[in-house]
Amino acid sequence: MIKIVKYILLDILRNKIVVAYTLFLFAITFCVFSLEDNTEKGLLTLLNLILFIVPLVSIIFSTIYIYNSSEFIELLVSQPIRRKSIWLSLFTGLAGALTLAFIIGAGIPLLIYVRSVTGLMMILNGILISVIFASLAMVAAVRTRDKAKGIGFSILLWLFFSLVYDGFVLFLLFQFSDYPLEKAMIFISALNPIDLGRILILLKMDVSALMGYTGAVFKEFYGTEKGLIVSFSAMILWILLPLLYSLRKFNRKDL
Amino acid sequence: MIEAINISKNFGKLKALNNISIATGAGQSIALVGPNGCGKTTFIKCILGMVVPDSGTIKLKNESIAAGWKYRSMIGYMPQAGRYPDQMKIGQVIEMLKDIRQSASSPDDDLIKAFSLKGLYNKRMGTLSGGTLQKVSASIAFMFDPEVLILDEPTAGLDPVASEALKEKIMAEKQKGKLFLITSHILSELEELASHIVYMQDGVIMLYKTMEALKADTGENKLSRAIAQLMTKPAQ
Repeated sequence: MIKIVKYILLDILRNKIVVAYTLFLFAITFCVFSLEDNTEKGLLTLLNLILFIVPLVSIIFSTIYIYNSSEFIELLVSQPIRRKSIWLSLFTGLAGALTLAFIIGAGIPLLIYVRSVTGLMMILNGILISVIFASLAMVAAVRTRDKAKGIGFSILLWLFFSLVYDGFVLFLLFQFSDYPLEKAMIFISALNPIDLGRILILLKMDVSALMGYTGAVFKEFYGTEKGLIVSFSAMILWILLPLLYSLRKFNRKDL
Repeated sequence: MIEAINISKNFGKLKALNNISIATGAGQSIALVGPNGCGKTTFIKCILGMVVPDSGTIKLKNESIAAGWKYRSMIGYMPQAGRYPDQMKIGQVIEMLKDIRQSASSPDDDLIKAFSLKGLYNKRMGTLSGGTLQKVSASIAFMFDPEVLILDEPTAGLDPVASEALKEKIMAEKQKGKLFLITSHILSELEELASHIVYMQDGVIMLYKTMEALKADTGENKLSRAIAQLMTKPAQ
């Protein structure tokens, strides 16, 4: 399996889009901190940018890459290799490359400008989001042979988690404003990895006014320490569940 | 050596394979013939685990292949139209497979020499012609000295010289007692290569006989005539 990961990783890292993505992250991170004197404010701006761009690039790039590797997958499937190792290698390669791109692109400037735990938290958050959306891409790509449908589905997933979901939550809040929704909100926010990412950072930053509703509830309910653990584990689940589902599908797929 | 028991596979409403059973032994070389879309390639892909049958079991050396993967080291497969990563070079593909399979014996480079592929090692797979792709597929299939060779339309698209070289290789490997499963529409070629014949139609095996028996039964001494008689005659 390690050998296959090596081939995939080398192939992805030679991809111009990954290089462009890294440079882009590098540029915006530098820009944000050069324009903003207050690192806290800079971090918040960056958080919103990262939570918008990283999921988009991760899921679309991964989906397209998986479709483009269909020949590679076919070639390997007829060789004495477990299907499981092929699929997991593909995931590891994608997740690894996206993580690397994030660490180089956003991680290095963050380490230079923000010498605090929050900076490290931001890097961890970006990595988790990258890996989660690579995992969701595996689901999008395994469901259908049709590349256009698969990419369409992954765009919908991104749109749902980054825009539609928030609207849905707001709608619920207004409709049921007479009821105590705090506990329900915690559960609802755990259903969106992007929200979880936001909570992870905001808990650490202690800017309760800027936290938004879910963040405030989260902090009140769990306190910083416990809240971090809960949101972190929820994010790990967001990596594992889609990946395991796609693996099950792939094991039974006709090639 | 390969045994299939009641294999069925549906693609939607289409019955690609309908309750197929067959038992083959080492040293046989089986020609799989039948009209287009009769399920030959699906059957082959079932043996390779690329297509998962809806029901039935396939055994290789008396062991079920379901959920297995190690058994594939005993099989060399040459696909009908090999698909390879476009951006990889011929040399890279071959080196990668050598690296992944790492068989104990040194890789068999006979076909690479016969097709003089070494000179093309720096060409990208995406730029190759159909024939050259076939050459690469054939070289890979024979490279790891497998006990079973599955060749799906091996000579389609090959030039006469290459196709002769491939046939010679098949003959040589046959002498070593390997099991061959060959599909082709070129019957004259199967006549030289095959010892047994399997005729499939609409996902069903209509006939499984030795070449001699088939010729004796139909009273024809050319395979093409014998098959033509089968195809025009209703099922026995």
